[in-house]
Formats: sequence, structure tokens, C-alpha cells
Amino acid sequence: MEVFLQQVINGLQIGFVYALIALGYTMVYGIVRLINFAHGDVFMVGAFIGLYAIERFHLPLAAVFLLAVLGCSLLGIAMERVAYRPLRMAPKIASLITAIGVSLFLEYFTALRQVFGPNFYSFPRPFAVTSWEVRGIVLTNIQAIIFFVTLACLGLLQFIVYRTRLGRAMRAVSYDHVTAGLMGVNVDLVISITFGLGAALAGIGGVLYGFAYPQVNTFMGVMPGLKAFTAAVLGGIGSIPGAALGALIMGQSETLTSAYLSSTYRDGIAFLILILVLLLRPSGILGTARTEKV
Amino acid sequence: MRALLHLARFLTPFAAATAAGWGLSTGGVVNPYWVQIFQLACIMAVSALGLNVIYGFTGLFSLGHAAFYGIGAYTAAFLMKSYGGESQLFFLASLLAGGGCAALIAWLVGLPTLRLTSDYLGIATLGFGVIMKVFFDNADSFLPQLGGARGMTGIAKMTTVAWAVMFLGVSLYLARNLIHSSHGRALVSIREDEIAAGIVGINTFRYKMAGFVVGCSFAGLAGGLYAHLYAFLHPSNFDFFKSVDVLMIVVLGGLGNMSGTLVASFGWIFLLEGLRVILPPGYIELRWVLIPVLLIVTMLLRPQGLFGIREFPLLRGDTE
Repeated sequence: MEVFLQQVINGLQIGFVYALIALGYTMVYGIVRLINFAHGDVFMVGAFIGLYAIERFHLPLAAVFLLAVLGCSLLGIAMERVAYRPLRMAPKIASLITAIGVSLFLEYFTALRQVFGPNFYSFPRPFAVTSWEVRGIVLTNIQAIIFFVTLACLGLLQFIVYRTRLGRAMRAVSYDHVTAGLMGVNVDLVISITFGLGAALAGIGGVLYGFAYPQVNTFMGVMPGLKAFTAAVLGGIGSIPGAALGALIMGQSETLTSAYLSSTYRDGIAFLILILVLLLRPSGILGTARTEKV
Repeated sequence: MRALLHLARFLTPFAAATAAGWGLSTGGVVNPYWVQIFQLACIMAVSALGLNVIYGFTGLFSLGHAAFYGIGAYTAAFLMKSYGGESQLFFLASLLAGGGCAALIAWLVGLPTLRLTSDYLGIATLGFGVIMKVFFDNADSFLPQLGGARGMTGIAKMTTVAWAVMFLGVSLYLARNLIHSSHGRALVSIREDEIAAGIVGINTFRYKMAGFVVGCSFAGLAGGLYAHLYAFLHPSNFDFFKSVDVLMIVVLGGLGNMSGTLVASFGWIFLLEGLRVILPPGYIELRWVLIPVLLIVTMLLRPQGLFGIREFPLLRGDTE
């Protein structure tokens, strides 16, 4: 039982990081119907900004997060402006291929020796790791930070989307961007802000991931990105609690499969769950089905 | 008889290309390395044609094409390695078995998933691709010959220029005839508007299944050829990124355009290898910085693909 609970805690740790990435996917997909494949790479850039902020400049923790947020949201906004906005009226697949192009570019460009470099780099921890033990179950301060930061971001995002004018504009654009534009919503601005917000969350996720799994590489964002997107679909794309729920399910399935079956089956089980959920509830666990208009 | 004549006329350019390629390679004019790349391009074109039938013509978004490619590759390689020896006839049979196996699994996968629409189908096929990759990684635990994560070795090098070009010719012929038949029109009508297609009496589920199965069997055939070209299979040859490669080729060439797929396959493979030669030593890493930039620029300038809707004369319907 203790082993099981310990695995659940470990699953929550990775699940919460996935949740931060999944939120960006779900927001961007919700508003422009685009699978932003480059989102996982924004997460990677966030981790590297964290690395440099801590190692080179010895900044305090709050400044590290702030820098990652600023850097990543600028990257997200620039990405949208350069690569996706010109294709907004083109067939959807063109944006998707462009997203794949942006993703490959970010991975290989940052892997150049002149940028971040092609190797694995160890991520410094600016604080000592302490842990508390309750009845044989260990909780580290890193896990506590991850839980706290992720929940705070979730709450903040939920507040922005449902309690502010900006959030109302975002929901309106997501529902019908032409009509929203006619009602005086600045559609371009709202989409930019959405990309920026999503990227900021991924940046925070990157720094947290660095604390928890202290090895970074420019290709580190690929699998977490794919899994986080899957999590967003699993929970019901467009839904904020859904993305978090899906990410927690992905995290649990991953750690529990590694613990009780074999780590080689880890990814298989997670995607099997996804397919089963899609067959039973095509719109995801917390998603709302949209009826197709003829 | 007319059909045979028609086939003969269709295949003549391919036969000429084979003869020329064979002559150049045995004459020592062309480096054997480039001959191998040429074969790889033919194989890629067969697989991409399959995805074009699935996505370009029928409109089914599939992100798991490499999984079917892998199924064909492992099936053909296993049969050939276990029973085939060096027999050319058995090679053909195992390639067809690879295609058949991919088709069968496509049917099984399609039964539940083809009810899903657009992006959700993409995610489901992506999930299937990841599951198949995990399966290939662990395949040695039930069939040691498959090699699992260490890769499969000891496959005979059976694929030649003639085999590769012949399969490319036959699959182009089949795809062209399918698309310009009434069945092909049904597939295209589903892509254009599934609800309207259903209203005019097309059994949309059956046709979607047909398009998916045919496309996946192309991937399976191509996989078998690939296995016997490099004589080594590794699960990482069939992961999500390989599916994305095929998708990029199909979109770059133009969705629902066979000429585009053909040109984009050759362009893609030769660009990848060509950059290896062109870039000065020490700058090879720039290859994957330049390619995405090219990809993005192409998409920004021609979102409908390089070819749009124009086809080579050979690939047009008889009435056009």
C-alpha cells in the first residue's frame, strides 16, 4: 500500500508538469483549432532559460520563474505572429505542417553549439532537497513546489478565463472569431495573448521539470509535448479542468505502469487509455460535444 | 486486352527509368549510395501515395502511417528470413503478405476509430502508432527473430532498382485507376462533405474503411521493400516522426495530388541526402535548421501544396 501511494505521489509530480503544458495546448486549440506541435519546444526553452538564470546569473527563484515566463511568452507570441497568423485563413493542415516546421526548427536550431548546444546538461538546484516522511510515504520539497505552483497557475488561469473581460473575449473568439470580431473584440490581440499565456505556463513547466528531473536537452520537449497534448484531448480539449485531469491520468498511468508492469510498456498504456476514452467519449472526459451544423 | 495495353503504356516510362538506372549503376557511372537513395525515394513515394489516398483523397487525418509501414516491414522481413532464403518469388509473396497484414490491421483499427472525425482521428491513429512502436520495442519477448529494441538483423538484401520502380509504377497505376473510378469519386465526396456524401447514398463508413485499408496496404508494401533495402530494422524507423515525414511529403506535394506526392517524395529524400553533400564539413547540423525553414516558407507561400490540383498527364483520368 505504501509503495502504491508513493507511486501515486510520483505520478502526481509528473502529472502536474504535464498539466502545465496541457493547458497551453488546450487554450491554443480551443481558440484557433490548431495542434501547436511547437508547444513542447517552448517548454524546453523555458527549462533552458531556467538553467541559464540559475547557473550563469544566480538569480533568486522568483526571478527565474519570471524570466522563464517572459522569455517563453515572447517566443509564443512571435511564433504566432510569424508562422501561424498568415495561415489563419488557409487550410488547417497548412498551419499544422508549419507548426511541425517551427517545432523542428526550435529543436535543431537550439541544438547548435552556438545556441544551447547538443548535449545533455545538468540542471542546477538553487535550494537543498528536503523531504518529509509520513507513514513511509516520502514527499520532497520539489514535489511540494510543483503542486503549489501548478495549482496556483490553474486557479489563476481559471480566474482569467471566466472572471475577466479578457477571458470573456477569449471565449467569444473561441466560439466564433468572425462574430467576435464584429462585436468589437480585437481578435488578433486576443489570439496573441492566448499564445503568450499558454507559452508562459509551458515555461514555468520547463523550470519545474528541470527541478524534478535535473537533466535537460533540446529534444526534451518532444515526448512531454505529445503526452500533454494527448492529456488535453483525453480531458476534453478546450476545457481547463479537463486538461489538468487528463494530465493527472497520463501521469498516473505512466508511473503505475513503470512500477507494476514494465517501463517499456509505459507509453503504450497511456495511449491505449486515450484511444479507449476517445471511443467511449469522443469529446473527452470533461469536454462538451458540439453538434455539427449542416 | 485494352486494359493490358493500357497498363503496358503506363508502365513503359517506369521500365525505361529502371533500365536507365540499372545501366548507370552497373556501368559505375552512378555511386551505389545514390542508387540506394533512389530506391528509398521510390519506397517513400509508395508509402506517401498510400497516405495520399487516406488523407488527400478520403480526408481521413492519419498520424500513424509509419506504424503500418512498420507492420509491413516486420511481416515481410520475418517471412523472408524464416522461410524465404534467396527466392525472388518468395520475396514477392512476402511483400504482398506484408501489405496484406498491414491492410488487415488497418481494418481492425478502422472498425472502432473511423467513427472519429478530423483531429480526433489523428490523435487516435497517433496513439495507435505509439502503441505499435512499444510493440516493436518489445516484440522479441514473443518472437525472438524480430529483435525488439536491439533491432532486427539478418534480412536478405533483396530490394533492387527494378523491384522498387516496379512497385512504384504499379501503385501509381492502382491509385490513379482507383481515384478516377466511381469508387474514387465516392472517396473524394466524403472528403468534401461527409454528410452530403451520405445523403446521396454513399455508404460513408464502408468507403472510409476502403480508403484507409488501401492506403495502409501501400504503406505495408513499402515497408517490406524498405526492410530488404537496408537489411536492418529498428523500432525507431517507425515512430511518430516517420509518420510526420510522410505527412509532410503529402502536404508539400498537395493534398489529393499524386504527381505532387511523387515529386515531393523524391525531392524530400534527395534534399535530405543532398544537403549532407552540399554543406561544408562541420556544418552538417545546419541540415535540420534549413529544412524546417524551407518547410515553413513553402507553406506560407503555397499553403495548397507545390502542385495544387495539376497532375502529370500520365496520372490524369481518361476523360480529362
